[in-house]
Amino acid sequence: MSTMTIDERRAQALAEMPPYREPGVFSRGSRWVRSHIIQFCAAGALLFMFIPVFVVVLFSFNLPTGKYNYVWNQFSTSAWVNVWSDTEITNSLTISIEVALISTIVATVLGTLIAFAIGRHNFRGRGGTNLLIFMPMATPEVVMGSSLLTLFVLAQQEGSLGRITITIAHIMFSISFVVVTVKARIAGLDSRLEQAAMDLYADEKTTFAKVTFPLVLPGIVAAAMLAFSLSFDDFVITNFTSGQTVTFPMYIWGAAGRGIPPEANVVGAIMFGLALVVVLVPEIIRGVRKSRA
Amino acid sequence: MSAAPAPGAAANTPADDVARPVGAHKWTPYVLLTPGMLWLGVFFIIPTVMLVKMSLSSGTAFSGDGSFTFSRSDLQWSNYGDAWTKYVIDTPIFQKSLIYALIATALTLVIAYPLAYTIAFKSGRWKNFLLVLVIAPFFTSFLLRTNAWQTILVDSGPVVTFMENIGLLDFLHTVTNIPDSWPSWAQIFPDGITDPNRVLATPLAVIVGLAYNFLPFMTLPLYASLERIDIRFIEAATDLYSSAWTAFRKVTFPLSLPGVVAGTLLTFIPAAGDPVNAQLLGSASDAMMGNAIDAQFKSTGNYPLAAALSALLMAVIVAMVTVYVRRAGTEELV
Repeated sequence: MSTMTIDERRAQALAEMPPYREPGVFSRGSRWVRSHIIQFCAAGALLFMFIPVFVVVLFSFNLPTGKYNYVWNQFSTSAWVNVWSDTEITNSLTISIEVALISTIVATVLGTLIAFAIGRHNFRGRGGTNLLIFMPMATPEVVMGSSLLTLFVLAQQEGSLGRITITIAHIMFSISFVVVTVKARIAGLDSRLEQAAMDLYADEKTTFAKVTFPLVLPGIVAAAMLAFSLSFDDFVITNFTSGQTVTFPMYIWGAAGRGIPPEANVVGAIMFGLALVVVLVPEIIRGVRKSRA
Repeated sequence: MSAAPAPGAAANTPADDVARPVGAHKWTPYVLLTPGMLWLGVFFIIPTVMLVKMSLSSGTAFSGDGSFTFSRSDLQWSNYGDAWTKYVIDTPIFQKSLIYALIATALTLVIAYPLAYTIAFKSGRWKNFLLVLVIAPFFTSFLLRTNAWQTILVDSGPVVTFMENIGLLDFLHTVTNIPDSWPSWAQIFPDGITDPNRVLATPLAVIVGLAYNFLPFMTLPLYASLERIDIRFIEAATDLYSSAWTAFRKVTFPLSLPGVVAGTLLTFIPAAGDPVNAQLLGSASDAMMGNAIDAQFKSTGNYPLAAALSALLMAVIVAMVTVYVRRAGTEELV
């Protein structure tokens, strides 16, 4: 090899090269697939996420043959028509919504205050505070639920297990999620906006009311929505703290053994639809505004 | 509430200085913290202490006078011994929970990473929409969704038939069915991870259910840390002739580690204690720690044993998380 000149080597390399061929449809297709492989995996992951939701919605239109709603039988809207006449469902839904509303309000207020303290102030014990906020998120729900039950039992409050104890528990585990969500928003604020307000002679109160708070508000709203969905959907902790009270997830859990009626699927479908509307409509409006501007 | 005052502003608003004494400033954060922290103290810290106290007490809820005795001089460490014998040695429920949760976490990471990567780098103007899609399944009751897996994986249904026909179930069954060579594995999966002809009521169904349930908890932290990566680092790597794969392995992935750590923790911890998937998708022999604790509290009424189980689960998780976080070298999680 070493005796070859550069030209000779180049000539040899050219001779050894496969002749150039226009890429065929198949190879172009496969190259496109290969370069988009990550997107395909992502689409697969989304599909994985949504198949059960699709099944829940689809089977709300099923007319099950027996008490179990697992096999497709026949299209029917009877579950949608009858959903509000099933008192078990409406009662449990009412309790769930009540609990979720109260715990959302309290947890959002308490969590937002903490988020401002952590996000806006330097104080002794900041690390400890952060740890205490992180702990409930890093504790299995079974442990939190059984701890709370133990507390209520040792305080001889076993008889008063019900809505109040459920709400107490839901506020407890929601606070951390509110803090984390609002804190992220506060951390992302541009402090020059506040400085600008104060340069324009706004005092601290006015600056907070007219600049800081409105800027943080989307974070607070997102946190409240998160808290609501966490509370509304919670089963494990509720299972320990509910006594005889039946929330909607508790109702489904109880019904799972004897067959979940399609009416429960209707509620699931409605919740999904409502949440999508609440989340997507502002997004779409923003998109339309942007495209007009 | 104090916004850091701009240098010029403070001098221009003397009223502000007079109205709020300097001392108040120092207390502001504590005033803001107190109500929430009190709540967490009373309903998170104290219950945890009570749980430990209960785990060292004697008595049962459903027999005798239903009360519990705790004495400092007579701590009932035997509750922990009983829990250990019952749930680690006699039936490997403890190990089973951890292994199921580990496999589910690995599965979740593999599924969530491409999704988070696509949203962070390849989604363009669809980014917000895709993020909404990731959290959207949350809005349908997770019990209903878990239950929907019963429909999807129903015996001789299309999904199971397909997995059977391509030989996947047979393969998984044969590969994971190791009776003698690895006794501790065989103890956890006595009949392999799945049956050759069905998925429901096998460990596979429970693991897939767990992976499914906690997918958003993995995707969102992954997305958050990928999103923060300066894309120029990746460009620099490819400019220096690294292949796309090398650039990913040496630049993108290491930079996304905080998200990987946060996501795996947020998946593993709840998965290890979850009672729902094992109950709805598994068979009786797939019972996990969550089910055991639940049963001891609700059916047996042996609160001290149940409390010892809970405390044990928490202790093991704290130990594992500490080692893991040290290894991964990311101390800041929140």
